[in-house]
Amino acid sequence: MKIHEYQAKEILRSFGVPVPESKIAFSVQEAEKAAAEIGLPVVVKAQIHAGGRGKGGGVKFAPTAQDVTRYANDILGMTLITHQTGPEGNLVKKILIEAASNIDRELYAGIVMDRAASKVTFMVSTEGGMEIEKVAEETPEKIMKVAVDTAVGLQAFQARQMAFALNLTGDAFKNGVKFLMALYNAYIGTDASIFEINPLVVTKEGDVIALDAKANFDDNALYRHKDITALRDLDEEEPLEIEAGRSGLNYIKLDGNIGCMVNGAGLAMGTMDIIKLTGGEPANFLDVGGAASAETVEKGFKIILSDGSVKAVLINIFGGIVRCDRVAKGVIEAIKNIDTKVPIVVRLQGTNAEEGKKLLEESGMNIIAATELRDAAEKVVATLKTIKA
Amino acid sequence: MSVLVDKNTKLVVQGITGSEGAFHTQQMIEYGTNVVAGVTPGKGGQLFMDKIPIHNTMRGAVAKTGANASVIFVPPPFAADAIMEAAEAGIALVVCITEGIPTLDMLKVHEYLKKYPKTTLIGPNCPGVITPGEAKIGIMPGFIHKPGTIGIISRSGTLTYEAVHQLCEAGLGQSTAIGIGGDPIIGTKHIDAVKLLNADPKTEAIVLIGEIGGSDEEDAAAYIAKHVEKPVVAFIAGQTAPPGKRMGHAGAIIAGGKGTAEEKMKALAAAGIHVVKSPADIGKKMKEVLGK
Repeated sequence: MKIHEYQAKEILRSFGVPVPESKIAFSVQEAEKAAAEIGLPVVVKAQIHAGGRGKGGGVKFAPTAQDVTRYANDILGMTLITHQTGPEGNLVKKILIEAASNIDRELYAGIVMDRAASKVTFMVSTEGGMEIEKVAEETPEKIMKVAVDTAVGLQAFQARQMAFALNLTGDAFKNGVKFLMALYNAYIGTDASIFEINPLVVTKEGDVIALDAKANFDDNALYRHKDITALRDLDEEEPLEIEAGRSGLNYIKLDGNIGCMVNGAGLAMGTMDIIKLTGGEPANFLDVGGAASAETVEKGFKIILSDGSVKAVLINIFGGIVRCDRVAKGVIEAIKNIDTKVPIVVRLQGTNAEEGKKLLEESGMNIIAATELRDAAEKVVATLKTIKA
Repeated sequence: MSVLVDKNTKLVVQGITGSEGAFHTQQMIEYGTNVVAGVTPGKGGQLFMDKIPIHNTMRGAVAKTGANASVIFVPPPFAADAIMEAAEAGIALVVCITEGIPTLDMLKVHEYLKKYPKTTLIGPNCPGVITPGEAKIGIMPGFIHKPGTIGIISRSGTLTYEAVHQLCEAGLGQSTAIGIGGDPIIGTKHIDAVKLLNADPKTEAIVLIGEIGGSDEEDAAAYIAKHVEKPVVAFIAGQTAPPGKRMGHAGAIIAGGKGTAEEKMKALAAAGIHVVKSPADIGKKMKEVLGK
């Protein structure tokens, strides 16, 4: 789960990680009030779930009260387009008013889950303010990685190694070590999956603070973090994906016009792949779970068809424990209740596949039955060609 | 021969009295798996289906039955604990079906299991392991499989069933099918499963099914290039997946431009593996490669 910068900073603050003084504002008046309380100069920052906000015009330095008013006006309500939002951009509904820092140096610190090593891994770099992927590609020697032993946690010597690698000295060194230790505690304490502090700044006064903060959390661990779950911002998510999630379905909207419904994540991805290889474009990823039932199929249908660009649907169910004749009945029932004109190809395989196919064929409904994967993909792509002709 | 599971496997079901555990225990017994005990803390002394003794602890179950394998159906908040309990009791093969275990819990398990090198963990978030005609540990439909010589390694449940179905259609049976699981942190990775199947004299060829995210498929490819002479057919799911979106499995995500299907397919092909673009070509390709 993703959260906003201002929320991430609140969490960091609660773990003793230094962040600039700031206030969230939902209107120009609130922004003006916040700036007056914090004291000028401030920085006005758009709050959306995407990086690259500065380049997109969503972050402005405001030395005067007039600037605060002007930038708050500009940024609130703007559609911010960055390399992470996609071409449609994200609508800005809130801004962070933050005390400007007296920046001496811009550094980078991140914590990720290293899958290959099965360890939590720290990354620090002197190249702050840049995309870390770019640094990793062009100058990998400028990134220092420290793998943390899960049993004992981050050790002081490791934090010192990183602080030295960042060329910190004097007060900044001491503050840097403290910062990194606190950051690790926040990561573990919240079951985070990614923390990225970019830039991590050293001020002229020797303070080390998180000027920006990006945090993602492990969805599987949210059950033990009610406070973090409460930070979820539904405005930043695809409405259909939210609705699917409520029904226990896993749905991701894509750009094509062939809706697909599959049981199991791997087979769902494989089905999208074969649609594309056959010359079609998948409209979505939808995993209805290993054991598909009539209810899940019907809910899945409703979600797929609420996407107006869907012109045909492919249902691919590999019946294992769940019998295909039951799935077929569920599909027929669902189509009856939904009343759609979109052509539907249903591929059932596994337990009682033949009985399932027979039920579909005899239903008298607009269903095209298939038993093999290739056949199913070809049939669904063919329905679109017929429509065009 | 086969790997991990055979007719001599003595299985304990952890979480045998839950609805999933109870249902799949019956299915496993029907398939011929030797289920010797169940564990549900607090229900020790009772019988499951009037015949299978339930124990409070894994230690107790192992002491009474000599069990050498366990399968875990306990809910996510307690599953990491269950894996560690099985290892501590001396179980050689632990298959964790549970989906949704927090990653930090699995990191702890990963560290803990280093103390128990004789324990192999399969999963979590996996369909399990089956040696057709002998025994199955997990939730896969047993009847779709046929005994034979093709080993299968896969992150996904139903996509594995798809591969099994295609192999059977092509007249090819399976030695052992290993569902390694869709989470970012798993006990047995592709490379480990490749090593097992490569060393198994009964396995003539290997089907490797991967998906986007991480670099486990690339690691397996590097190993195969150097050490595996058996033919390998591979498919990578998620060629059309957009970056930054978790595709169902917690591990299936393209992050920071890494873990794309394209990169993986390239690495596999460079290792001399027969990579199919379409998931419908797995069986056909294997038949062609074996010249059957």
